[in-house]
Amino acid sequence: MSDEPIRGRRRAPLSPVALAAGAVVVACFALAVFGPALALHGEGAIVSRHIFAPMSAAFPLGTDYLGRDMLSRVLYGARFTIGVALPAALLASGAGTMLGMLAAVRGRTLDAALSRTMDTLISLPTLIFSLVVVAALGSSITVLVLTAAVIYTPGSYRIARSIAVDLSATDFVKAARARGEGGLAIMLGEILPNMVMPVLTDFGLRFVFIVLLLSSLSFLGLGIQPPYSDWGGMVRENIEGLSAGAPAVIVPAVAIAILTISVNLLIDNLPGRGSPRRGE
Amino acid sequence: MAEAIAAGGERRRRIGAPPPLAALIARRIAISLLLLLAVSVLVFAGTEMLPGDVAQMILGQGATPQALAGLRAALHLNEPAWLRYLHWLWGLLHGNAGHSLVNGMSVATLVGRRLINSLRLALFTTVVTVPLALLVGITAAIWRGTTYDRVVNMLTIATVSVPEFLFATLAVLIFAVRLRWLPALSLVMRGASFLELLRAYALPVATLSLAIFAQMARMTRAALVNILSSSYVEMAALKGVRPIRLVLRHALPNALGPVANAVALSLSFLLGGVVIVETVFSYPGLAKLMVDAVSTRDMPLVQACAMIFCTAYLLLVLVADVIALLANPRLRHR
Repeated sequence: MSDEPIRGRRRAPLSPVALAAGAVVVACFALAVFGPALALHGEGAIVSRHIFAPMSAAFPLGTDYLGRDMLSRVLYGARFTIGVALPAALLASGAGTMLGMLAAVRGRTLDAALSRTMDTLISLPTLIFSLVVVAALGSSITVLVLTAAVIYTPGSYRIARSIAVDLSATDFVKAARARGEGGLAIMLGEILPNMVMPVLTDFGLRFVFIVLLLSSLSFLGLGIQPPYSDWGGMVRENIEGLSAGAPAVIVPAVAIAILTISVNLLIDNLPGRGSPRRGE
Repeated sequence: MAEAIAAGGERRRRIGAPPPLAALIARRIAISLLLLLAVSVLVFAGTEMLPGDVAQMILGQGATPQALAGLRAALHLNEPAWLRYLHWLWGLLHGNAGHSLVNGMSVATLVGRRLINSLRLALFTTVVTVPLALLVGITAAIWRGTTYDRVVNMLTIATVSVPEFLFATLAVLIFAVRLRWLPALSLVMRGASFLELLRAYALPVATLSLAIFAQMARMTRAALVNILSSSYVEMAALKGVRPIRLVLRHALPNALGPVANAVALSLSFLLGGVVIVETVFSYPGLAKLMVDAVSTRDMPLVQACAMIFCTAYLLLVLVADVIALLANPRLRHR
């Protein structure tokens, strides 16, 4: 890492893969906002007498276990899959980054206390942790968002802390200290602008993890509760149709895969490299 | 006097002689035990903050006040939380995890057989996945930068970013529904033949393997590429050593530690995958038991299952760390 603060933004052209993946990500987020407006049928409207119908002109993605239009269901479901994972990822990444910088800037006592707490949190397997929380508190949307945020804060914290520790040893941070700038000013004015790219990359990763975690919970019947359904929940409610080969089971799972794969490919192909991959 | 000796010891350490390896490993094990203790506090606190009266939940709304009071005393519900925690921990250490709130059976009995089933599933998956993942990871490192490497990279990224239940449902759809080769549910009868056993385990093991295979292959490749970029390997390459020999003879022996570390860490992803796989295939394992316990809010059972999973997880991470410590002397200076 160079010792110079990065003020101006250097722009490298995006690779074709990054562009394509980015377009898909934008499309998915657009669905989360405009999905209900685009849907031909209501979320709960039973429009066909045939359950688990195959794909047809009238119902492009078939019908589900009650005879509802799967295309409309998937359009509505985007709100929950993305709308719950996004605030959770923002919270996790935001809290992790702020605490990581705080640990690097403030003295060793706070650093040690924060780091040990995060070590404890990270030593809980994620799905098991959320199962325990859901068993105790139920699965309201608030509980789901907060649980996912708490689970993925330590990962963001570790990455932010290690970068911030390096940065706070640089000359420009020492100069800011010598000028008498306070801890907050140094964090936000000196350190944060120089770690924007890794923080954004990390945010993308947390988002993918959280989508997968919440989808898995919904798939187990312990996430978003009926009458609402996210994509993971739709796989669960239609699982009976698997033996009939109904698209209603596969389509929502593929929707999740499209979202998470494109976010991951986007991150992996961003210019500037140095993407922290998986785990830790 | 004692101070002088302590200061001497301190100075010697600062000069560079690392503490003996056994002490480092013992320290790492002690940290794991502390973490496990912290985890047990979290699990207990998490499940005890449940609003509502457990005695009322067990006996139902029609229970008499006397019966309620009796049950509260029997379950130690009148005691402060820290005392109940100690009771619980003490019981857990002695294999007594209380009784299920739903059917009154001993948690230890319920967990026992399920645990063996889950371990068997995990063992089969490990045996299948590790050689495969090592093969792909090592070949990708040998031919790094080629189309093969790029394809492996894309495929493994796609695999790690897909929910396990997609693989599970796709596998059922293709092999059980369309081709009718394998059963959709994994039910093994007592006295089943080897072939029947193989057929029952094929889909769950394949799904679970896929979930950790990509992770393991990626980490193996990364560990090996890291070694391959060191100067002694470059030296060997300049000397004219063939690429395959370069990897197998020069790089791999030094990469064994990092690779074993990667394998152990990837295996910890089994814990998430097993929950999904056991549910999809109705496999009678511990994870299925836990999911069912969560839906019926059977707290003693949830607590016991959570503690087993967390212990397994910590154990795998511990093994990974100790391997790294043994393999890389530089980690010992800290």
